[in-house]
Amino acid sequence: MTTPARTPSKGSVSKGPRWLSLRQELAPRRRALLFALAFALPLLLWSAVSYLPFLWHPLMEVTYAGDETVAGDYDYLASGMLVEKDLFAARNRELAAAGKPAALGIPRNPIYLPAPHEVARAFYTAFKTPPARQGDLWLHESLLHSCRIIFWGFILSAAIGLPLGILCGSLMLFSRLFEPFVDFVRYMPAPVFGALAVAIWGLDDAPKIAVVFIGTFFPMVLVVANTTRQVDGALLEAAQTLGCNRRQLLGHVIIPAATPGLYRDMRILLGCAWTYLVVAELIGAKSGISAFLYQAQRYKQFDNVYAAMLMIGLIGLFTDQILALLGRFLFPSENGGRSLKNLFRPRAGESNPGVLGGIAP
Amino acid sequence: MSPFSYRNQSEAVAERFRKLKQRPVVLEVKDLTKRFGTESNPVLALDNVSFEVHRREFVCVVGASGCGKSTLVRLLAGLEQPTSGSLLLDGKTVDGPGADRGMVFQGYTLFPWLTVKDNVMFGPRMKGMSRAAAREEADQWLSLVSLDAFADSYPHQLSGGMKQRVAIARALANSPRILLMDEPFGALDAQTRAQMQRHLLHIWKNADVTIVFITHDLDEAIYLADRILVLKPRPGRVAELLEVPVPRPRSTEQFQSPEFLATRRRLEEWIHPGSETGTSHVDELPRLRLTQVGDEVE
Repeated sequence: MTTPARTPSKGSVSKGPRWLSLRQELAPRRRALLFALAFALPLLLWSAVSYLPFLWHPLMEVTYAGDETVAGDYDYLASGMLVEKDLFAARNRELAAAGKPAALGIPRNPIYLPAPHEVARAFYTAFKTPPARQGDLWLHESLLHSCRIIFWGFILSAAIGLPLGILCGSLMLFSRLFEPFVDFVRYMPAPVFGALAVAIWGLDDAPKIAVVFIGTFFPMVLVVANTTRQVDGALLEAAQTLGCNRRQLLGHVIIPAATPGLYRDMRILLGCAWTYLVVAELIGAKSGISAFLYQAQRYKQFDNVYAAMLMIGLIGLFTDQILALLGRFLFPSENGGRSLKNLFRPRAGESNPGVLGGIAP
Repeated sequence: MSPFSYRNQSEAVAERFRKLKQRPVVLEVKDLTKRFGTESNPVLALDNVSFEVHRREFVCVVGASGCGKSTLVRLLAGLEQPTSGSLLLDGKTVDGPGADRGMVFQGYTLFPWLTVKDNVMFGPRMKGMSRAAAREEADQWLSLVSLDAFADSYPHQLSGGMKQRVAIARALANSPRILLMDEPFGALDAQTRAQMQRHLLHIWKNADVTIVFITHDLDEAIYLADRILVLKPRPGRVAELLEVPVPRPRSTEQFQSPEFLATRRRLEEWIHPGSETGTSHVDELPRLRLTQVGDEVE
């Protein structure tokens, strides 16, 4: 009847979706490869800029300054100095005019861009360096301290924010009563509460936890309410025709239906908590990873700055991946996951192919 | 014109309807009116709709789009409140949704976080039945819709037809007095749809349940129903409550029987008035794309 659809080329059939298929998941090996590339490419770029002297390198580190007796505008050039290439060339012109051998130097990048190996070394030594003063914390202890602040700030925020958000998303009474004010406070940046928090809770951890709490709580209520509101109304109607009363509707339909979405929200908000942590740790007595960062920045130890940034990034990535993995087991109904209960059992569809005469997938 | 009227009932069919009308009335709809919209701009969706449904009867509701079929079934389910008129289930006024009226929706409304069995157990569990008893109940209904093998699957692992079978089992596990179905097979392909219709008749035969089934497919209505409630649109009113003269048990061969064709003609007169005069809508469509030489597809 109609002309048959163009058959896809053999290659695309055997290899699954193409690299450039629109909105199609890629084959697992390609996915893994791209994940590795996502990190390898920036690292490669960074290495190239750091190790290839002809790439960028706008400065010269002087190794031999030439004859210092030759007077000129740039006769302050001395061995060990880090100068701009223009200046280095100008000094060499002065030396050449006096008939002296040229100054020597190595092309360098600005100090704010240390090479990968320097950052790696800083990363390693940061953990190996004993605290400068007795009673100070080792870096891993500081990191642990940071994680504790995040944990308590976030747990407290979730303990109140989740139920309140779910109620706001389910009951108009709560929505109208709480959301306007929450929305108003949300616009106040969490750090402005810092001074207040110190005045109330002193210099210890409490004000820091409070800032993380304030930073995450208010957006959380609104995000949770919104996700709860997005639960398909048809599910609620179906549950009602199955005899659900209001309390059961909330507990047995709205909450379980919203949970996968809420779990995703929590993962995103946990990332936001780190943003507030860096501010929180600088109020009162500086502490945690932010104190390390602050110290490195003050003494222009940029390798340490990068190392600290990497640590935060790695902790974030690690926790998020763990949570993502956990989520797949917790919510087996979400695309293709399996519950822990069914982890070692074949899926029904696989074990009973076509048992119902054509209806089965 | 037609030698055979849809009113001609064979002796067996007439006897069946006599018996049917002696059964107690399960659902009584009296002067049901539903108005939507604002006070200044009201839309009358249903206007004085009245009918009765007897126990274990299968009633289909058909009508052109906009005739208020879905509004009617939502009112019966208690998901909407009538503007006036009354709805009586076993003589008691319907007030809000309840477990005594199960419903199967056109869209898939299985709970995605529950397995097939847990979905079927949902109603009984909400009523406070123990887990073990609810599981036993669910097993029975799952085997009636022949989905025992998929009890531990999740809804997203099922095909559309299987999902609707679970939805039927879930509604029936509550032992409702009446099962409301709002175009439940509307989203399925023709083949699955035919299978589901057979399945539904099988379920209905084996369960003590009265069914009110909304559809826009006239063949489906005639194939399934004892009586067909025809609604006229704007505002939705009862045009006719028609007794299907096709004898039971039904089969697909009956689609060409004189009873079936006469009923279909009668329904079409209500739903597509004027279509028998020969004016076809297809001819009025503008030609949007011209074919070229060599485009022949036959």
